[in-house]
Amino acid sequence: MFSADLFANAVVSGLLLGGFYAAVAIGLAIVFGQLDIVNIAHPAFIIAGAYTAYIFNTTFGFDPILVGVAAMPVFFAVGVVIYRIYYAAFERTGQESLSGLAFFFGLMFIIEVSLILVYGVDYRLVSAGYSAQTLAFGFVDLPGRMLIPFLVAMTLTGAVWLYLSRTFMGRAIQAVAQDRGALQLMGADPVRIKQWAFGIGIATAAVAGALLIIIGPVEPSVGRQYIGRAFAIVVLGGMGSIQGMLIAALALGVVENMVSTFYGPSWAPAVAFGVLLATLAFRPSGLFGR
Amino acid sequence: MRGWGFWAASAAALAAGLAFTALADNPYYFNATYVILQALIMAVAWNILGGFTGYVNFGSAAFFAVGAYISIALLKTADVPLPLLILASALVCGLIGLGVGYLTLRLKGVYFAIATLAMGIVLETLVTNWSYVGGAKGTAILTPETHLWFDSYSEMLFMVMLLLALGSVAISRALSSSRIGRGLAAIRDDEVAAECSGVPTLRLKLVSTTVMGAMMGAAGAPYPYFVTYVDPISAFNLFIAVNAIAMPMIGGTAHWAGPVIGALLVGSMQEVITVTISSELNVLLVGIMLVLFITLAPQGIVGLVRKHWKRRKSA
Repeated sequence: MFSADLFANAVVSGLLLGGFYAAVAIGLAIVFGQLDIVNIAHPAFIIAGAYTAYIFNTTFGFDPILVGVAAMPVFFAVGVVIYRIYYAAFERTGQESLSGLAFFFGLMFIIEVSLILVYGVDYRLVSAGYSAQTLAFGFVDLPGRMLIPFLVAMTLTGAVWLYLSRTFMGRAIQAVAQDRGALQLMGADPVRIKQWAFGIGIATAAVAGALLIIIGPVEPSVGRQYIGRAFAIVVLGGMGSIQGMLIAALALGVVENMVSTFYGPSWAPAVAFGVLLATLAFRPSGLFGR
Repeated sequence: MRGWGFWAASAAALAAGLAFTALADNPYYFNATYVILQALIMAVAWNILGGFTGYVNFGSAAFFAVGAYISIALLKTADVPLPLLILASALVCGLIGLGVGYLTLRLKGVYFAIATLAMGIVLETLVTNWSYVGGAKGTAILTPETHLWFDSYSEMLFMVMLLLALGSVAISRALSSSRIGRGLAAIRDDEVAAECSGVPTLRLKLVSTTVMGAMMGAAGAPYPYFVTYVDPISAFNLFIAVNAIAMPMIGGTAHWAGPVIGALLVGSMQEVITVTISSELNVLLVGIMLVLFITLAPQGIVGLVRKHWKRRKSA
């Protein structure tokens, strides 16, 4: 039976979920969309962020989002180091297509197995005051564990968008994406700009991880489910366009939530793949392709 | 290796396998060698696309698991003999490889890699929701009573795997020295240049994805008999996919012998570490070895050996 309030709730919670997906995909929109670096380890960094939030939340009782924001510089530094290795080993020699992919795959595997070795495969969760509360408008519910991540994700997306479009460094990053050779002729060093951008991409994973563990319990292999989602969103959003990415994320959230409401949650992971394959097959430049 | 040398080596491996089944009776040996041979087939299969053509497939575990689940589905329906199970699994997985390849290979290779990665998740979702083959709680398969002239069923499975492994190495070797193999190498080195020189790139890529998928499916087909209990989490294990990539990368991807060397070396090392230390550490070690080899020795062991020979010749 089709019911209006079930439908409305599915749309609203889908939008909230989609907002969170934007936080998951934004780092990849920079790294994959702008820099053409296929960082399939991005979801693994998000899981690392989630575990950082978990560790500081359970031992010191800090708020997970604050931990996520505070961990950004550390993640940024890790990102810079990884880009340095990636550049020296693959990009400089033009090996990035085969070896670079396998490199990030190995990295993802090392992060995941290390977390399993230390924390096991049990589901971990955090406690925050707002996660148990629910706002209700008429028959539409806004649970705090979804609403707060949505708001934080929107702030993050807005901040990254402003940074890329308004600041000097942000425009330099977009310039690298557009024409690397021309940038070099202007006397700028594309490698330094790219390592900066890669660092920002990884830094967003710290916040996304904190949001992930607020939404629900996390174990090390959860990250794999986000690989398809994150890439589907970036490709659908037109590779590197932040607005396109946001719209694609919200759309995927709504569609996925519809499927899990009306067909059952065990089918939800297949949605992202369907979207990804359909986009690649029929409109590879994405909905808002440049 | 010249033609007669390769066939002599294959015949020697087969004879050694037969002697092994006649002499040894500790079942552990057969289980350990089965696991190594299974990894070897998948490494060889991965290399046909990943090494010869330069297109990375992260969905090895998915092809393998589909092969295993085709077997289970057929066994649930009728008493199908093992060779038919292997054929059916190879056929279905070859078709899946062709389909995924057709949808994504016209684009940049990166998209194929991502599609195979996502495909693993989706196929796992499908199998988890397919109650006929046990769904999320898995399914148990009884090993048949008959095992030809061998002492036990695991000895026979070992021989089946050995035959499959020799077959896939022979196919991979034949491919690499044929017209197709040279076309694939041209794609790996410069796809645009290959296309301009009249190499039918899309068709060749589709051939190699199909062969790759079929081999992985064939490797998965006897798996239900080997473990006697299959559930989606163990069949779609990421570790299988990592092995399939790490072994060719460590051995060397450009030559057909690379994945064989890598699989024998890494596979034996894994068995030793699993027995002596722990299986988690062994998993971590493979990941670290993969990253180290890609960054420091991108040509793998074959490349290192070749470099060494060249240096000795010039000295």
